[in-house]
Amino acid sequence: MQPNLEPIILSRPGTMIAHKSLKIIVTFTLALALLPFNAFAKADPQAEESKEFNPTDMIMHHIGDSHGWHFFGEGDSSFTLPLPVILFTDNGMVTFMSSEFHHDTEGQYVVEKDGMRFVNYHEDIYKLDAGAESVEFDEEHNVLNASKPWDFSITKNVAAMLLTVVLMLIFFFGLAGHHKKNKKAPAGFNNILETLVLFVRDEIARPQIGEKKYMKFMPFLLTVFFFIWITNLLGLLPGAANVTGNIAVTVSLGLFTLALILINGNRDFWQHTLWMPGIPTFVKPILAVVEVLGLIIKPVALMIRLFANITAGHIIILSLIGLIFILESAGVAGISVPFALFITILELLVAFLQAFIFTMLSALFIGMAVAEHEHH
Amino acid sequence: MDLITPEVGLIFWQTIVFLILMLILAKFAWKPILGAVRTREESINEALVSAEDARKEMQNLKADNEKLLQEARAERDEMLKEARQLKEKMIAEAEGDAQEKANKIVAKAKESIEMEKRAAMADIKNQVATLSIEIAEKVIGKELSTEEKQHQMIDKMLNDATLN
Amino acid sequence: MELLHVGLAALGAGLAVVGAAIGVGKIGAAAMDAIARQPEASGKIQTAMIIAAALVEGVALFGVVAALLGVLTT
Repeated sequence: MQPNLEPIILSRPGTMIAHKSLKIIVTFTLALALLPFNAFAKADPQAEESKEFNPTDMIMHHIGDSHGWHFFGEGDSSFTLPLPVILFTDNGMVTFMSSEFHHDTEGQYVVEKDGMRFVNYHEDIYKLDAGAESVEFDEEHNVLNASKPWDFSITKNVAAMLLTVVLMLIFFFGLAGHHKKNKKAPAGFNNILETLVLFVRDEIARPQIGEKKYMKFMPFLLTVFFFIWITNLLGLLPGAANVTGNIAVTVSLGLFTLALILINGNRDFWQHTLWMPGIPTFVKPILAVVEVLGLIIKPVALMIRLFANITAGHIIILSLIGLIFILESAGVAGISVPFALFITILELLVAFLQAFIFTMLSALFIGMAVAEHEHH
Repeated sequence: MDLITPEVGLIFWQTIVFLILMLILAKFAWKPILGAVRTREESINEALVSAEDARKEMQNLKADNEKLLQEARAERDEMLKEARQLKEKMIAEAEGDAQEKANKIVAKAKESIEMEKRAAMADIKNQVATLSIEIAEKVIGKELSTEEKQHQMIDKMLNDATLN
Repeated sequence: MELLHVGLAALGAGLAVVGAAIGVGKIGAAAMDAIARQPEASGKIQTAMIIAAALVEGVALFGVVAALLGVLTT
């Protein structure tokens, strides 16, 4: 990437400080990125003693969502942040803390609330039918003696998402506060933020959407860029949630882009989508189907790209660490830890790149929808 | 919790949270930040434009100064030239006057010398005449002491006169 | 049977990745070429390169996700 140099040059006095802060942040992040290996190395051998190490389960546990925020330790001795469970059943809303399951994810521990009984089976919450003691499945993995209530719990991912929200509010209210007080370019951390804001404006919004209309979409583009980036970076921290690597989160973000395209698409855009001018009539319906499919595939590709990139990064790191336990040898760590470190550093780049690409392609699609075509 | 089947709960929370975040940030952060950045860029542009203007004005002023200086220099040269000419003229005039005066003095001197000379000559003539007369009286007195001699003389003179 | 499924899915994912690797490689090579020819346009070329690479990568990820679906539904 070639960030636009002008804003940097214009605010030269601050850049030195900005470089310094950036250095500190990068060093700090790298240092933190090293921590999860220690955490795994300490946490997982205990599991290995009791049962055979299953890398798939370990990886799925780490990249999946959960009802409590587990940091380290096993069973009742583990350090887990309890999070509220919010369920919508046929008999109304039920809420309790996730700690009431006592870290059970095998559907054994039954929680009784409002005359209903719930179990947590692999982080899915089931409402047991009357008389059932634990959840049972048939061959096709259909549940036999329980029903699944609507689960609107504040899960680990929602909590991590809220953490990003708090960080963003602190960061950007700080920057806005600076701008309210004085007219000069900010220094230090605020300068980094402002450079990034200007990067989104000058490298993404302006060229893709056009000088006239870009201002309208700046709030979305800025919010989505910083949300994805900060969440990506937080996801690399030890014990953090894999928020942007969760398909539900990216589906939601993709839907925002789709909604913006559909709402802001102008007459030209719809004409070119549904009834392409300048081609024989019998081709028009065929092309309309293709165009509508393309319209839907664009945000789908966006959501899959983000989800797959982030999840793939986490899986690779976890697999490399998992190798130590699969091969049951500490010597492997000598090879797999540097590899994992390398991938983690790569993930720092990917974290930015995916945020950039999501924002860039969203801007591109929106720009296509609002572009004024020259009529021939 | 499956990897690739999105959960309704998470979609719901993400949508709500993101929407609220976007609205709050749009109102209280993005708008003031982008506004301030734009104002700053505009003021920088204005400053650049006015700096350019000032530079141009400076250049104009410099050119004006140069022109004025040149004019002044030309004027000075002109004045110097004039002064030199005047000086030469004055010198020439003075020389002429002096010559004339000298000539006049010389002429006057000559004239007065002439006059003196003439007066002296006249004086000498008078003196000579007086002397001559005195001498002549004395001579004549001696010569013409006798009657005879007187007649002789008169005759001689009459003869001369007739001849003339 | 399950092993066959998983194996086929892994093979599919691998093929998708090979395709994406060729695609991204070609894009990178072309971008390098373009930057070497016109270093002053490197910013624009990089942006276009990243977009193109992202689109190629998106297709590969579709393949990988399809393979994942295959594994996880067995």
